[in-house]
Amino acid sequence: MVRSRPAALPESAQAPNGAASLEAPQPDGGAAVWQRRHVLDLDDFRVDEIEIILETAKAMKEVLAREVARVPTLRGTTIVTLFYEASTRTRASFELAGKVLGADVINLTAAGSSIEKGESLIDTVRTLRAIGAHVLVLRHPMSGAPYLAAAEGDAQVVNAGDGWHAHPTQGLLDLYTLRAAIGPLAGKRIVIVGDVAHSRVARSDIWGLSRLGADVVVCGPPTLLPAELGSEHAAGLPPVAVETDLDRAVEDADAVMTLRLQQERMTAGLLPSLREYSRLYQVNEERMARARPGAPVLHPGPMNEGVEISAAVAHGARSLVEEQVTNGVAVRMAVLYLLRRDQ
Amino acid sequence: MSDILIRGGRVLDPANGVDLARGSVRVRDGRIAAVGADLPANGARVIDAEGLLVCPGFVDLHSHLREPGFEYKETIASGTLAAARGGFTTVCAMPNTEPPLDSKAAVDFVLGRAAAEGVVRVLPIGCVTKGRAGKALAELAELAAAGCVGFSDDGSPVGDAAIMRRALEYAKIVDLPVIDHCEDPALAGGVMHEGWVSTRLGLRGIPAASEESAIARDLALAAQTGAHVHIAHISTAGGVALVRAARGAGLRVSAEVTPHHLALDHETVMGPSRGSGRGLAYDTGAKMYPPLRRAEDVEACVAGLANGTIDAVATDHAPHAVQEKLCEFDAAAFGMVGLETAFGLGLRAVATGALSLERLIEALTIGPVRALHLDRRLPGLGTLTVGAAADLVLLDPEREWTVDADALASKGKNTPLIGRTLRGRVVATLYGGELIHEERP
Amino acid sequence: MPERVLMTAEDLRRALVRIAHEIVEAHRGTRDLVIIGMRTRGVPLARRIAAAIEEIEDGALPVGVLDVGLYRDDLSTRGASVQIAPSDIPFDVAGKRVVLVDDVLFTGRTIRAALDAVTDFGRPQRIQLAVLIDRGHRELPIRPDYIGKNIPTARDDDVQVRLVETDGRDEVAIIGQEE
Repeated sequence: MVRSRPAALPESAQAPNGAASLEAPQPDGGAAVWQRRHVLDLDDFRVDEIEIILETAKAMKEVLAREVARVPTLRGTTIVTLFYEASTRTRASFELAGKVLGADVINLTAAGSSIEKGESLIDTVRTLRAIGAHVLVLRHPMSGAPYLAAAEGDAQVVNAGDGWHAHPTQGLLDLYTLRAAIGPLAGKRIVIVGDVAHSRVARSDIWGLSRLGADVVVCGPPTLLPAELGSEHAAGLPPVAVETDLDRAVEDADAVMTLRLQQERMTAGLLPSLREYSRLYQVNEERMARARPGAPVLHPGPMNEGVEISAAVAHGARSLVEEQVTNGVAVRMAVLYLLRRDQ
Repeated sequence: MSDILIRGGRVLDPANGVDLARGSVRVRDGRIAAVGADLPANGARVIDAEGLLVCPGFVDLHSHLREPGFEYKETIASGTLAAARGGFTTVCAMPNTEPPLDSKAAVDFVLGRAAAEGVVRVLPIGCVTKGRAGKALAELAELAAAGCVGFSDDGSPVGDAAIMRRALEYAKIVDLPVIDHCEDPALAGGVMHEGWVSTRLGLRGIPAASEESAIARDLALAAQTGAHVHIAHISTAGGVALVRAARGAGLRVSAEVTPHHLALDHETVMGPSRGSGRGLAYDTGAKMYPPLRRAEDVEACVAGLANGTIDAVATDHAPHAVQEKLCEFDAAAFGMVGLETAFGLGLRAVATGALSLERLIEALTIGPVRALHLDRRLPGLGTLTVGAAADLVLLDPEREWTVDADALASKGKNTPLIGRTLRGRVVATLYGGELIHEERP
Repeated sequence: MPERVLMTAEDLRRALVRIAHEIVEAHRGTRDLVIIGMRTRGVPLARRIAAAIEEIEDGALPVGVLDVGLYRDDLSTRGASVQIAPSDIPFDVAGKRVVLVDDVLFTGRTIRAALDAVTDFGRPQRIQLAVLIDRGHRELPIRPDYIGKNIPTARDDDVQVRLVETDGRDEVAIIGQEE
């Protein structure tokens, strides 16, 4: 079942031609105009803002490839990662990004700090500023928390994931990874499979991909698709096609992005069983054979092999999961650099 | 006490079909003495109403005064002061206090506080079930005798259909309505309307079906029992349609709508900066139950009020303390204050052309009175009938004002309207012939 | 705004050839020599100098590209910042004689950043600096080893180096304030 797709984003939102190559010199005053104080979501990012980040990430990748991956750029900047949800990879990624740039990084978890004793988010945020934190990297289980932190504190905020709402650096690293693999994204058919309703990664991917002109298809069981996505009446949502049949969705796809299925969805009664979900929605080789030759598969991790993705695909030639991780550090370095550049 | 003569304004009394372009109202000994085109002063104290509307004092069927138990949010004193500033001279107090109003003692307490500290008339609403727990009926007859004008577990639905049925039947003893907060508990858990905005913001949604199915259940039970059910704070187009059909079929159903559901839609949650590209606000001031819904629902509510499907505008004034709203959206309390902004929001609906000013005034005065038959105990309430209590409000429908937290009389400042401009201001309020509020520019 | 041409295409060509010869003479050949051009216009200049050297001496001369954006100490004062790009040093700098090439030497801060950047890639035997234009007003103790032309300037003069590879023509102009 394919719901009708509403009008596409206007022309101005389409991607420019591919980025400048390493060799071509750029004229001066290629004024990279960055004015954001925070990075909270990708909803209202202009194309040129996305391009600045992706271009900057290229330079950061080169730094990461050096024998001594270290630059003095953010010396004197204090970055605090404040994670209300456990996460090894995202936090490590931000920590590495900050350290490679020469910043001081302090990691706080909810467990064991005054946060667990009931200190409110606002209190915590204000305390951090008072001790000199310039940048707050925040992961929180409730959507909207980073906006509160940005409004009520003084630090610059990077959203490392808020509830179901947004994970902008993941969206950006996915764009980077996709483009490096399949070239400019305008007009490409990108399929996002899984629990879209509860996925902040999916939302950020959808916004980023739409902004760069990709044709986005979301696919999953109806109980895991968010209200009104793909509807003509959804004025404030990016245009997206909706499919509940994965075989049909993957037809001629240029790339497939898989989302992690969480155990809680079964207990919440949204799905009858993992087995049924895998049978209908697992990204595996048979299904990928219907996509374009060479179409890559992405996953934000951690993967439930055998559930939303087969082991063969997860570790096979199509998988860009490792590239996503590397690119994640570079993209986060780019974001931290751009936020601090004009401060 | 000498007479008072209110002179020079447009006198609008929908109950009696009175609409005088330049009329006067004479008040004597706390009662309406005369209403006419050109009454002489005769030594009365004159209150100038030039350019203003002169109406019966507003009657609010649904307010949370928070006392006893939650005085940090609001008290009967501060809540009734807010009412007076909003033009309300009668306020029905919902029973979700601590202790709840499920006993004569609790009701007596509220009435005592109202007599001592209240600025306007307070009519208590009693609980449907003991402790509002939804399990056992409260002593409805005793509550009625103590002065309750209706029963509600508001804040919560009466989730168990069997309990609701029994409540409706039992309430027939005292011929008072059961006022239901229509929500299916199994579809609960959301924090805003389920729609594209909740998708965009990544917030769990409350589907329209939750209210519609609860209303349908209540209407079926009303039909079954022949009792009077009053639908609190209706918000969905589907719900309005159900009520319309039920009325058409002759059921004893009445309904109220809040001023905010006549004017604000779910995009309000995204904040005042929406569309300006400066990011989302997750405005907890716009978090309430029932949630703000689509523009189509707002239109249906306005139309439903205009065509009589909905009887009354009721504020659902729900004050909260600062820290209960200055937090993550999921964690924030539900509700907004409404007494002081009711008229302004109502006029926004009038400005769309779908609702007449006269109907709005009717829905704030005699409409609520008729819906709950309040005139049985208080004849003339909501009217300017000669002999009725002299509860009046003078309104300036043109005056623009900006909602400022510090200027609100209510202890609670939780509303999405902070910093926004409204048109329509209460200039003066009289209660029992006494001028309890006046604010001339 | 009045513009004065200080070097024509021919002047430029001669200067670069001379610099190439000076480098070869000072290093007595090209053993262990590497040229690193600084973005943006230092890159084509570096390539031209390397090509000129390759005409005089045998053997290919490694050329690298250095972007110092991440090393600048004036991040917040530069206003609309230039987009940073990857550096490309496809050889080991350890033990090498590095000649940095840039178009204009002014306060010296860019070169300071470049020194930090190069040493992050490894420990060269020696680092020298070749610039097309030295316009004075140094704020740090930095001096060039090879100079195309010395141009005395006022602080708020604007020296424009234009190259075929980036601007379509070769020339150096100065845009001065009215007296």
